Amino acid sequence: MFGDYSLGDLGSIFVMQGFAGLILFSVYVLMALGLAIIFGQMGVINMAHGEFMILGAYVTWMTSNLFQAYLPGLFAGYFFLAMILAFVASGALGMLVEWALIRHLYKRPLDTLLATWGLSLMLQQAYRSVFGAREVGVELPQWMLGSLRVTDSIEVPINGVFVMCLTVLITIAVAYVLYMSRWGRQVRAVVQNRIMAGAVGINTEKVDRYTFGLGCGIAGVAGSAFTMIGSTGPTSGQLYIVDTFLVVVFGGAASLLGTIASAFSISQTQSTLEFFMSGSMAKVLTLLAVVGILMLRPQGLFALKVRK
Amino acid sequence: MSDEGNKGLLSPFRRKLLMGMAAVPAMTMLPRGAFAQAPATSAVNTTGLAVTDTEVTVGILHSATGTMAISETGSIQAEKLAIEQINAAGGVLGRKIKFIQEDGASDWPTFAEKAKKLLVNDKVAAIMGCWTSASRKAVLPVVEQYNGMLYYPTFYEGLEQSKNVIYTGQEATQQILAGLNWIAKEKGAKSFFFIGSDYIWPRTSNKIARKHVENVLKGKVVGEEYYALGSTQFNSVINKIKLTKPDVIFTDVVGGSNVAFYKQLKAAGIDLSKQALLTISVTEDEIDGIGGENIAGAYACMKYFQSLDNANNKAFASAFKKMWGEKTVIGDVTQAAYLGPWLWKLTVEKAGSFDVDKIATASTGVEFKGAPEGYVRIHENHHLWSKTRVGRAKLDGQFELIYETADLVEPDPFPKGYQ
Repeated sequence: MFGDYSLGDLGSIFVMQGFAGLILFSVYVLMALGLAIIFGQMGVINMAHGEFMILGAYVTWMTSNLFQAYLPGLFAGYFFLAMILAFVASGALGMLVEWALIRHLYKRPLDTLLATWGLSLMLQQAYRSVFGAREVGVELPQWMLGSLRVTDSIEVPINGVFVMCLTVLITIAVAYVLYMSRWGRQVRAVVQNRIMAGAVGINTEKVDRYTFGLGCGIAGVAGSAFTMIGSTGPTSGQLYIVDTFLVVVFGGAASLLGTIASAFSISQTQSTLEFFMSGSMAKVLTLLAVVGILMLRPQGLFALKVRK
Repeated sequence: MSDEGNKGLLSPFRRKLLMGMAAVPAMTMLPRGAFAQAPATSAVNTTGLAVTDTEVTVGILHSATGTMAISETGSIQAEKLAIEQINAAGGVLGRKIKFIQEDGASDWPTFAEKAKKLLVNDKVAAIMGCWTSASRKAVLPVVEQYNGMLYYPTFYEGLEQSKNVIYTGQEATQQILAGLNWIAKEKGAKSFFFIGSDYIWPRTSNKIARKHVENVLKGKVVGEEYYALGSTQFNSVINKIKLTKPDVIFTDVVGGSNVAFYKQLKAAGIDLSKQALLTISVTEDEIDGIGGENIAGAYACMKYFQSLDNANNKAFASAFKKMWGEKTVIGDVTQAAYLGPWLWKLTVEKAGSFDVDKIATASTGVEFKGAPEGYVRIHENHHLWSKTRVGRAKLDGQFELIYETADLVEPDPFPKGYQ
């Protein structure tokens, strides 16, 4: 297939394809982070993860409308505020859900699957009733559109670079919070032994609530960022949930490093394969590889002990 | 566009749950009107349909919930508008139309079940409904077994014909061929890159398009790619497009993927005012989600655009907005759904009877001069003669009409030489 192209053409395509892989990697990490925290640290299978993401997307859409109506001068910067609001909204909803639903099910982790699934259906219908069944278009400030022209034939999408930076920032922040801060230590203590953690004076209920809230909040930020590359509708969350679980399970629950490694290997495999064959075949081969590896390593790439 | 939604992503378990959640049917009773000189019920209804001296019942069967609600809402709205207008104009054979709305809930077995309920329990005289090909395929055996009449609005892949179905949307050749001819002539296009969602409609459509490009236009297809329904990452295929530099990108990507595709195309620096793109899956409804700025400049091949400049369409658009809100947009399928009740009324009046067998025979040649898309006529294969149009997407989310065929295009659901 390369016979007709010059070396220069091929070189720039490889560079751009490399970027495509990196962007896919950032997208995977961003969408999986929140779930990895909740699934990994708490053992809760959150089927409503996609709906928390979409809440973030809707918050972004509303913020954009508000800015257009009342603060058109500051429109260029609305996205940053929107991401913060998305974090707050999804995080708050997450804490509410934890309080009302999840905390009653910690002893029955499989039931959380069913409960959060029901929650995802309810949220979808709620979005449909509130925002309408049709997808909404989120308008972006001008500077976030288009691409950076590196050379004549190499162009890098700006929104891709934006997602990459955001992913790096959030990953560092999460790693810091979980592994350096006092609160992170408490979270890990609860994960390892809930009873002992309670005995030494950690308020385990509070830790659970904030952990769940943090995971949902990050999902909200991811949803907000994805308004740049994807759709915003009541059921859009469904588009992400399968890939998200794939990344988290493949990486090994409870391991931040595992999530990143798994996102990297899946995204690189997929984007390389996509270039040489059709999109759906690439997906099939990627999934086959994942299934094969999980058969050899059922615990995922990196495994830590999880609360049982 | 016969979108099978995100079905691929839903586990059977989840679908079961959705099925259980199928909303309670909403029944709307219209006030009884007194009409003079209506023909006797015993004469116009010999098969026990739900026809009284003053009323006739039809069914509306679409997804009001679930993943397809995005697309099917417009069809429901259009059908209700048509029924209201027909009633205001005196009804059908002197009888007011009463409708029973059932929710297919984006789940194909539910569609079949609800169709059976409408035909067996409610004895409806006709069903306006279905959207995806999958739902139509589920309902087809039911309407054939219980001898019902289905008016199906979506443009679809063809390869089907039934005594019990009137297809008010375009089959694949009606939608594709004229558009390809136009772009080949207008843009001198020789090389095409196909990209679609991976299911029957895009695959069948692209097969037809490929035969036409290679055999008739003597051009070349430089790439043909399919992405799973719900895919949100298109950067790799966009790189391939950049590498192959096709004259035309021809797309039938559907659903949420559509939005991702155009956003990423724009982000990758592909300027649709320079790079020709012809889509058969984007209507005004989809642009709502994609955003006009992401798709402006692209060409769409349809039979109807909201911006069509004719008296029928102006009246239709303003009535539609009056009923459903100023901001509502009207896409190709919505207009086709609007034709359903009208074509049924005209056919009933031509046949002088509500009997399904008589309607099936009488359908051939029924004309509707008040169609927003302009004049349409039912072909003996139960599809519509209609024009093919090419529109160019504008920033405000509307299409500007660029080209339309001079004559009505004959429907050809089993095209020879294209299979």
